[in-house]
Amino acid sequence: MIVIRCPYCDELRHEEELEYGGEAEIVRPAPPESVSDEEWAAYLYMRTNTKGHHHEQWCCRAGCGQWFKVVRDTVSHEVHEILRFDGTFSHPTEE
Amino acid sequence: MRYSLLNLLAQGFNGNKGWPTAWRACEPKSRYDAVIIGGGGHGLATAYYLAKEHGITRIAVLEKGWIGGGNTGRNTTMVRSDYMFPESAAIYDLGLRLYEGLAKEINFNIMLSQRGWMTLIHDRHQMETANHKTNWLHCNGVDGEIVDRDTVRRMLPHLDIDGNPCFPVLGAFLQKRGGTVRHDAVAWGYARAADRLGVDIIENCEVLGFERQGDGIAAINTSRGRIETDSIGVAVAGHSSRIAEMAGFQLPVTSHCLQAMVSEPIKPTLDHAVISPETGVYINQTQKGEIVMGGVLDLYHSYGQRGTYPTIEKVIAGTVEMFPAFANLRLMRHWAGIVDVVPDSSPILGATPVSNMYINCGWGTGGFKAVPAGGFLLAHSIATGKTHPTAERFGLERFVTNRLVDEGAAAGIAH
Repeated sequence: MIVIRCPYCDELRHEEELEYGGEAEIVRPAPPESVSDEEWAAYLYMRTNTKGHHHEQWCCRAGCGQWFKVVRDTVSHEVHEILRFDGTFSHPTEE
Repeated sequence: MRYSLLNLLAQGFNGNKGWPTAWRACEPKSRYDAVIIGGGGHGLATAYYLAKEHGITRIAVLEKGWIGGGNTGRNTTMVRSDYMFPESAAIYDLGLRLYEGLAKEINFNIMLSQRGWMTLIHDRHQMETANHKTNWLHCNGVDGEIVDRDTVRRMLPHLDIDGNPCFPVLGAFLQKRGGTVRHDAVAWGYARAADRLGVDIIENCEVLGFERQGDGIAAINTSRGRIETDSIGVAVAGHSSRIAEMAGFQLPVTSHCLQAMVSEPIKPTLDHAVISPETGVYINQTQKGEIVMGGVLDLYHSYGQRGTYPTIEKVIAGTVEMFPAFANLRLMRHWAGIVDVVPDSSPILGATPVSNMYINCGWGTGGFKAVPAGGFLLAHSIATGKTHPTAERFGLERFVTNRLVDEGAAAGIAH
């Protein structure tokens, strides 16, 4: 079971209390009128689908409702790092 | 040796000592006309149809583990073709039709049991959706009907149809041709049939990288040496993104765990394959007597091929809501397979950005029912360099042209 301490409310949440938001750091291309179909397809659909350390987004759904970033091993499910999006806070998991 | 009643008797009198191995253990050769990556149902079927339909026999199937040890051996064995869009119905019904003739064709009992696939209907909205879908199926030439509550009661005597206020049952959608297939037999049967046509099946052989030449691939580096090839077929489900990354392109695929579990065997109790869209549980009884249960996929990205407790709890809770008597059963095993989920819940078939590499992926949680079709269509791409008309709408380019086949929205399929 995945257990993550929310970097905003500091509560320990397990996977049933969290919402997964997919790969992090996917940037919407701009300006829209000059973006090609290939670039839109890459932004909307193409994913690294990493096996190993994956940068991803989670939401403290049953708690404070904030989105944050996590570095997690997609094979062992071990959480390596938890970050706020503004980079002001990060800690490795203590569990 | 042909499997027949006569041979069964002869071998029985002979102490079963004369059965030949079903397929050879091959050393990889240095060069092949075509190499299939992935020794699951789809990969083995591809090799078989390449040899049988297209006469290409210098083929290797590379499997990093053992034959059928991935999702082919980890699914809940159910087959059906109740998809809504005509292009989806064409593919999935091709799969079911090929399954219907497969045991005879490859001389291997795949234990196809067309016991009927039932989707329970719990409310008026689901009833409307089911009627809508059934009309579509009839337009597509696929069988399907709505059965009423009393018929469901007769067909599923252990279903809690009266005592459960959370999940009332108004009726069910029924596809009589749906049912189950012995999953291992599909892998073993295709492996044996392909082997008889000269295909080399190479187990414990992991792809490590590709040698590029122009816009194609000249050779594959594997854990068992370098293999040159003219063309490559990829059928690796949840690991498709890994192969694509080695070949230098990306796929619109995310990998997730899909879990299943099985109880101890009991006497025949459950005659049909049943899904409840409300509890998310699908369930059937194997010919050995075990109750096989599966649920929705884990919603986070994962390559961990193992079960987790939150999902086990959900599946068991849903099962007991539907069939209270099963609460007395002991759970025997649980496991997970890694499935390749695509934004529109439809497969990706045909060409890739690499000129001589063709792909068959994106089946998500529903690949087993389509094994013969996936193999047939990938074989066509490899042999002719062109996409089969049945697979035309399922190319990778649909994500750029934005012509998705959103079967997830259409038929309410979760994958």
